[in-house]
Amino acid sequence: MNTPVYPTGYHLRKRRSQAAAFTVFRVLSYFIVLVLFAILGFIIYKGAGVLSWDFLTKAPEDGMTAGGIFPAIVGTLLLMLGSAVVAFPIGIMSGIYMNEYASKGWVVRFIRLMTNNLSGVPSIVFGLFGMALFVKYLGFGDSILAGSLTLGLLSLPLVIRTTEEALKDIPAGIREGSLALGATKLQTIWKVVLPMGMPRIITGLILSLGRVSGETAPILFTCAAYFFPQLPASIFDQCMALPYHLYVISTSGTDIEAQQPIAYGTALVLIIIVLIINLLAGGLRKYFEKRLKIK
Amino acid sequence: MEKIEARDVNFYYGAFHALKGISMEIPQNQVVAFIGPSGCGKSTFLRLFNRMNDLIPGTRLEGQILIDGQDIYGADVHVDELRKNVGMVFQRPNPFPKSIFDNVAYGLRVNGIKDRAYIRERVEESLRGAALWDEVKDKLGESAFALSGGQQQRLCIARAMAVSPSVLLMDEPASALDPISTAKVEELISELRSQVTIVIVTHNMQQAARVSDRTAFFYMGEMVEYDDTKTIFTNPHKEATQNYITGRFG
Repeated sequence: MNTPVYPTGYHLRKRRSQAAAFTVFRVLSYFIVLVLFAILGFIIYKGAGVLSWDFLTKAPEDGMTAGGIFPAIVGTLLLMLGSAVVAFPIGIMSGIYMNEYASKGWVVRFIRLMTNNLSGVPSIVFGLFGMALFVKYLGFGDSILAGSLTLGLLSLPLVIRTTEEALKDIPAGIREGSLALGATKLQTIWKVVLPMGMPRIITGLILSLGRVSGETAPILFTCAAYFFPQLPASIFDQCMALPYHLYVISTSGTDIEAQQPIAYGTALVLIIIVLIINLLAGGLRKYFEKRLKIK
Repeated sequence: MEKIEARDVNFYYGAFHALKGISMEIPQNQVVAFIGPSGCGKSTFLRLFNRMNDLIPGTRLEGQILIDGQDIYGADVHVDELRKNVGMVFQRPNPFPKSIFDNVAYGLRVNGIKDRAYIRERVEESLRGAALWDEVKDKLGESAFALSGGQQQRLCIARAMAVSPSVLLMDEPASALDPISTAKVEELISELRSQVTIVIVTHNMQQAARVSDRTAFFYMGEMVEYDDTKTIFTNPHKEATQNYITGRFG
């Protein structure tokens, strides 16, 4: 067989096209960072002016044209907590079931398909469903309870998915090692598999909290109050929430012009909360890795 | 006395006939080596002794496996109790994400032992038994992941021995280790034989020759020959065995 003649200049061309491709990738990646910084910068520029101790610790005053956003901060934190109480246990246990117990047949595939579909449901539909079920049918009324349940349902798919993925990556050898010592499957999951997956599960949980903190539609009909300056006394009370507050004073406030700085301040506080949560996720992950002696 | 007895064992992964009519007896407190080329079924056979293959869906066993005269696949056998009695060391060291101490204590704890003094004593004994105590006694609280591969494997041996099994299965226990660590593991095997019956799967024929009393040669799902290790390596009766140990195939 004759050796084909290598085309001249081919090396140069393939090197050039590689360089060109990578340049495109690089520029696009930088562009994403740029967009993020642009949003952050804009919000900080517009909102930093109203940030003050009073803004963070006082209730709105004068038809929400003055004062602070304390009740909305508290409301958002309560809703995050409430949704966590709802979604974390159910989600983690479902994730464990899906990855550890269920045989890899059509049942799991079906549950997974449904979970994925659930995560594709628009959040306003969750809001409607929450209103129909929790507010009306179960009679919780517009309340932190109804809002937490609705937000909990919304974050379930993410929690289930995270748990499943975290457990899936744990090497089979570790499980076998435990079973081979006479541990039951439950002991193996509880004492070895879960601790090993914990850093990643925690990260997922906290990120789901970040998502919950910014949701408006699910609490629109289930919980959020237009104006509720005192703090809620029980889970059957309504509460204010940052994203809803932002929506309200930007669209149906008493004096939208005057309220604009407050709106940006609210947005800034919301972003800072999400940022803190994300940093917390990283920190907790490291802490657990260290404590559980994974690294 | 026969510790383990296999009676006409056939094993299937789905439609694949992985083990074909194997019968063998393994005497108490001996070291028996399984050798043979990859895919010959030796690991599959080993994993039947602690029912590890139960974890794989779509498998089927025919025939009987008896340990101390009891059919370990019988309806009255609890698999967790069986596995406490039949320990296993795997090819890759698989320490748990826990401290060195907790790794060794794990088997005791999952089998219901709560007496701390006893656990401490047993952890030390097991680590000494695995020739690891002097290297780790000052850092029992540290992560097992911080140990070297060879130390991890000896930790896994200590972990398996902590629950006082009467059989220890070793699935290529040294194949992921460097020569010095391998030598240490081999030394351990000869020391442990006074306490347990050891069945070891190995790819390394010198290893089989060094550590075992008896050797079984597997090929294509069949047990071709099973005899004293000396006989297998100096005067095998089957041509296939002869070819394998002289390196002509496999």
